[in-house]
Amino acid sequence: MSKKREFISGDEAVAIGVKLSRPHVIAAYPITPQTITVERLSEMVERGELNAEYMHVESEHSAISAAMGASAVGARTFTASSSQGLLYMTEGLHYASGGRFPVVMMNANRSVALPWSIYGDQRDSLSLLDSGWIQVYVEDAQEALDMMIQAFRIAEHPDVLTPMMVNLDGFILTHTYEIVEIPEQSQVDAFLPPFQTPNKMCFNNPKNMGFSSQPNDNTEFKYQQNLAVLNAVKVLEQADTDFATMFGRKYNGMVDEYQSADAEVLLVTLGSVTGTVRDVVDEMRAEGHKVGVIKIRYMRPFPEEQLQSLTAKAKAIGVLEKDISFGYEGTVYTNVNSALAKVGNTVPKLNFVGGLGGRDISKADIRNMFLKLQRVAAGEAYKTVDFFNLNVETNE
Amino acid sequence: MSRPVKQNFIRPSHIEGFPVGPQFTAGHLADTNAGWRTFRPVVNHDTCIYCLRCYLVCPDGTIFKDNGKIAVDYDYCKGCGVCAHECPKNAIEMVKEQL
Amino acid sequence: MSSANTLTRITPKNITDQEFFYGHKACAGCGGSLAVRLALKVLGERTYAAFPAGCMAAVGFIYPQMAFTNNAIITTFPGVASMASGIAVGAKALGIQNFKTVAFAGDGGTADIGLQALSGMIDRGDDVLYICYDNEAYMNTGIQKSGLTPFGTQTTTTPAGKNIHGSKTQKKNLFEIIAAHDIPYAATASIGYPQDYIDKVQKAAQVKGPAFIHVYASCPTGWGTPTETSVEIAKEAVDCGLFFLAEYENGDYRLTRNPKQFASVADYLKKQGRFKHLSDADIASIEAHRDHKWERMRRMWNHQ
Repeated sequence: MSKKREFISGDEAVAIGVKLSRPHVIAAYPITPQTITVERLSEMVERGELNAEYMHVESEHSAISAAMGASAVGARTFTASSSQGLLYMTEGLHYASGGRFPVVMMNANRSVALPWSIYGDQRDSLSLLDSGWIQVYVEDAQEALDMMIQAFRIAEHPDVLTPMMVNLDGFILTHTYEIVEIPEQSQVDAFLPPFQTPNKMCFNNPKNMGFSSQPNDNTEFKYQQNLAVLNAVKVLEQADTDFATMFGRKYNGMVDEYQSADAEVLLVTLGSVTGTVRDVVDEMRAEGHKVGVIKIRYMRPFPEEQLQSLTAKAKAIGVLEKDISFGYEGTVYTNVNSALAKVGNTVPKLNFVGGLGGRDISKADIRNMFLKLQRVAAGEAYKTVDFFNLNVETNE
Repeated sequence: MSRPVKQNFIRPSHIEGFPVGPQFTAGHLADTNAGWRTFRPVVNHDTCIYCLRCYLVCPDGTIFKDNGKIAVDYDYCKGCGVCAHECPKNAIEMVKEQL
Repeated sequence: MSSANTLTRITPKNITDQEFFYGHKACAGCGGSLAVRLALKVLGERTYAAFPAGCMAAVGFIYPQMAFTNNAIITTFPGVASMASGIAVGAKALGIQNFKTVAFAGDGGTADIGLQALSGMIDRGDDVLYICYDNEAYMNTGIQKSGLTPFGTQTTTTPAGKNIHGSKTQKKNLFEIIAAHDIPYAATASIGYPQDYIDKVQKAAQVKGPAFIHVYASCPTGWGTPTETSVEIAKEAVDCGLFFLAEYENGDYRLTRNPKQFASVADYLKKQGRFKHLSDADIASIEAHRDHKWERMRRMWNHQ
């Protein structure tokens, strides 16, 4: 069987992945750079390729709210957002995870105002790590498509029943065209069973949902919610394995790595920048530098053990992220550092903060990070947080 | 049954006994409201004309039709007195509860 | 809506014996709970009911005490209309038939924080009956002013003192805001006229698409009225003209009750703790506002 390939953008890949997943309801509000996804989905519904209800909600708050309503009667639901829109959904994000509504969302990672910027960074979704959603970050359009299909399977699994956010870098992925392999519908149907849950409102077994709990019971519900996200580890790994068997593409679960085994210095990355880092690793390896990269795919659940073992031999570690928690450090760094501290990994760990508001992260930037990590490994003094591509002089 | 009744609820002792997320059986009552009441409505069936005004206006739905007579579910009546106040025949008396 | 005319009228004699809102923890004499109870009895068991954070949510769903015998869900405060939309659309997409979705929200949940989502729900034409039970303040949080709190009302955020006599603003014109969407059916009602309310719920339930009912529902706790007068005080609000009973259907407004003569506004106000402070001048201004509104409604709207 010849494989079907299309030259499409990341947004379009998401739309195709969603269509193949056969959602019943799509509720979304347009925001740059997510718009092409919802436009394509609307067109698919218009053409009759996608048998779903498309709800023209008047806001992101209503998008997630409508998605939860549909999910509460057992419908498979999709929404999509970005940046300010994602933040406007915040109340609903916590509500969806607490309510155990397995809504799937595409988030086009974009800077958060102020100042306004439509361009990419990861401060929108990273600021919502505590909202209870499973968060995956993809690297290219193919992975974006594939992860939409996997996301429904993971989120809707009875042991998980937790909403899932698939993040792709705004513009860098959403608007860049690539050759993408389109899975066969029959294979997707075999991989992704219909959404079935007893936890829904139905007329045979009516439910009261979204109830209040007293202090006597609340902690138990939160314990259970935490357990559900932890349960996602096995479920997402199985989905990754089964997906590879069926479609021939494996993403290695919660983390991926490149040339990390004997690397003396490592960069830890999230999202599309990883491709550039790999190129720099190849170039520097050719010059004899023992450098490597670890790509975090899932921020929740967090690949604690994998990071602990993959970094065990490195002499210095850098976390490269498009995020800063003002007054401290980047959130990815905080998470990585916490994982490594638990196993007593005390090598220097630097936090490279950049790519904010769409600023390009160049190969030269990345090379400088590796070189700096080598110097730090050799004993050079360092500051943890490094705003590596500032365009001005500072007093530091 | 037209009205739910109090169930004997045993709090789950293991996390797996908990509902998956905040959803539970509709109409599951673990508790009564009788303790709220200081006055109880007592229907005088001799003067009651079965106009159903009390049944219509009870905010708690605790007045019901019982074989052509008005009856009150004292497990859930809160004693607000709307029934007695609205009765066109003064056929309902609010009687102080004995503690 | 022609089918509504051929329906058997639901009355206390033939309404279902089933209670759908039972064992809840609402205050004794709660008007809002009566509005919910009666509407659910009209709509029946194949009903999904959505409630935003608010009194009905707080008193109806305290695990393990589940006071709704039908399917019911608490929504976010601003999101009752959109979640109800999602329920209706999701159930349709799943091929479920012969059901109704109803949203119940208070005055704050409707006219303030939930207005945007409600506007979207009506705009999309989603098959949801939205019922606003109006007790004229945020009661669940402890009687704070909402957009439907009338002029002169003492609430905990509009205290009546020497300088300010309670709420400085009039009620938003919610009914006409909703009607301005060209909604298929909208009505106002009062729990003081329960049969009229039942009739309107029955009619609204026949609409395939959005319908809206604004029902006046007393709150003895927030209003400072005896629990037993909850129905009576809601009737007096209509009789003195401070609330009106109307319908909007097929683009036309109609007063469904047009009192020849209004009962005393002062009598209505003075029975309630929330209005005790009002001066004669305040009451005169409330009457003038009422008269202005009624002059316009009688001039512009159909009535008998």
